[in-house]
Amino acid sequence: MPETTIILDATAIQRALTRIAHEIAERSEVGADVVLVGIPTGGDHLAARLAKILAGIWNHPVPVGVLDVNMHRDDLDRRAAPQIHPTVIPFDVTGKTVVLVDDVLFSGRTTRAAMDALNDFGRPKKIQLAVLIDRGHRELPIKADFVGKNVPTSPGEKISLRLVESGAAQDEALLRKK
Amino acid sequence: MSWTRKHLLDIESLTADEITTVLDTARAFKAVGKRAIKKVPALRGRTVVNLFVEPSTRTRISFELAAQRLSADIINFSTEASSFKKGETLKDTALNLQALNADFIIIRHSASGAPHFLSRVLGASVINAGDGAHEHPTQALLDTFTVRERKGKVAGLNVTILGDILYSRVARSNIWALTKLGAKVTLCGPSTLVPKTFEQMGCRVTYDVDEAIRDADIINLLRIQHERQRKTMFPSINEYTQLFGLNKARLAGTKPDALVMHPGPINRGVEIDSEIADCDRSLILEQVTNGLAVRMAVLFLLNGGKGPQGVAGN
Repeated sequence: MPETTIILDATAIQRALTRIAHEIAERSEVGADVVLVGIPTGGDHLAARLAKILAGIWNHPVPVGVLDVNMHRDDLDRRAAPQIHPTVIPFDVTGKTVVLVDDVLFSGRTTRAAMDALNDFGRPKKIQLAVLIDRGHRELPIKADFVGKNVPTSPGEKISLRLVESGAAQDEALLRKK
Repeated sequence: MSWTRKHLLDIESLTADEITTVLDTARAFKAVGKRAIKKVPALRGRTVVNLFVEPSTRTRISFELAAQRLSADIINFSTEASSFKKGETLKDTALNLQALNADFIIIRHSASGAPHFLSRVLGASVINAGDGAHEHPTQALLDTFTVRERKGKVAGLNVTILGDILYSRVARSNIWALTKLGAKVTLCGPSTLVPKTFEQMGCRVTYDVDEAIRDADIINLLRIQHERQRKTMFPSINEYTQLFGLNKARLAGTKPDALVMHPGPINRGVEIDSEIADCDRSLILEQVTNGLAVRMAVLFLLNGGKGPQGVAGN
C-alpha cells in the first residue's frame, strides 16, 4: 500500500491562494492590466478562485481564461494522447500582464508549453507564473513568481490536488509515496 | 477518455467511449480553427502521406489541411501520376513510402479492406479515408460530431439515412457510429439499394420516404454513386428525384427542427433541391468545417505513444 499524506488541507489551500492574490496585487502597479490564465486540470479552478479574491482587493472584475497546453507539449510521442480541454481566453492578451496559474510546478515542461501556446493568442507585456505547490526537480530554466507552498519530493512521488470544483468532497493536496 | 489505437481502420471495431474521445478532442481542435493563428505544433516533425488510389477532393484536402495545421509535413500521392500505372502493387508502393519514414499513411482505395491490409504490413499508422463500399470512418465521426454539436446529444435521436445505402461506405460507418452512441437509425431509398439485410446492423428499413423522415431529427442524404454500380439499380435519375429527392414539400412534413446533412459532393436537383441545400436547416458546409477538426483530432490521438494515459506527472 503506498503511503499517502495530506500536504495541504482546505484551510491551508485557501490561505495560500489569499496570500498569492495579495502578492500579485502588490507586484502590479496597474491592476487593470492583469489577467489570469489557468492550466487544466486544477489550475483553471485555482485561477477562478484567485480572480475572485483579486476582484475583492481591486474592486473590479479580473478577466480569467483557461489554456490547454497539450497541443504544445514536447513529449507527445512518449505517451498516450492526452485528454484535451477546451481553451477559453475571452480577452486579448496583447499588452497585458498574464499570470499563468497551475496547480503543481514540477519539470517546468507544462509551463514552457503554456508560454508557447499563449503566444498564439497575442503578445503579452509580461508572463508571470503562480503555482499552488512547487515540488522541485525542474528540467528547464523556469521559476515561479508566486508559490503557495514548497514541497520537497523525490521524483517518483505523486502529488494530486483535489478540489470541490472537480467533484471532491473537500479541497486537499495529497502526496503519495512510492 | 481512452485511446490506445495506432490505426483508424473502421468504426465497427471502436467502442462508444473511443468514439466519444475523438468527438471531445475534435471540439478543442475546432476552436483552434477560430484563432488568429490556426496552427499548433503537436505533430511537428511527423510525415503524413495521402495515398489516394481512388479520386477524392474534399477528403484529401481536409486531411492535408489537418496535417498542416498540426505542423506535420504532408505529401500527396494520387493514382493519376503514380507508379500504379506502371504496375507496382499497393504493398510495394506503401513500403516505398514507409522507406521515406512516413509516420502516417492515409489511404483511399476502391477495394474494401485495403487499409487493414496495409496496417498489417506497415509500421506506420494507417488511416482509412474510404475503402470501397466498406467504411469511411472519419466521415462518420464528423457527421456524428455535427449531430452532437447541433443537437447536444446523439443518444435517443432519430436519424434517417436516405439514398444509396448498398454501395455507401458513408452509410455503413454512420450506422456503426450512430447505433453505438444510442441513436435510432432508419434507412430509406430504392429497395434495390436498401436491402433488408441492413436490419441486422440494428437499423429500421423502410421504402416510404415521407414516413422515414416524419419523426427524424436528422436527415442524412447520400449521393447516388454511379461509379460503384455495376448495373442500373433504378429506372432513371428523374424517377429517383421524384420518389426520394428531398424538396420543400417533403421537408414540410418533417419536425420543424429536423436538420439536413449530406457528405458531398451534392447533386443539386437530384437527391436534394437547391433551395434545401442552401437553407438554414442544412448543415452541409458545417460538416466540412467539422471534418477538418475531426481529422486533426484523429491524427493527434493516433500520434500518441505507448506510455500511460493522461498528463504525465505534474
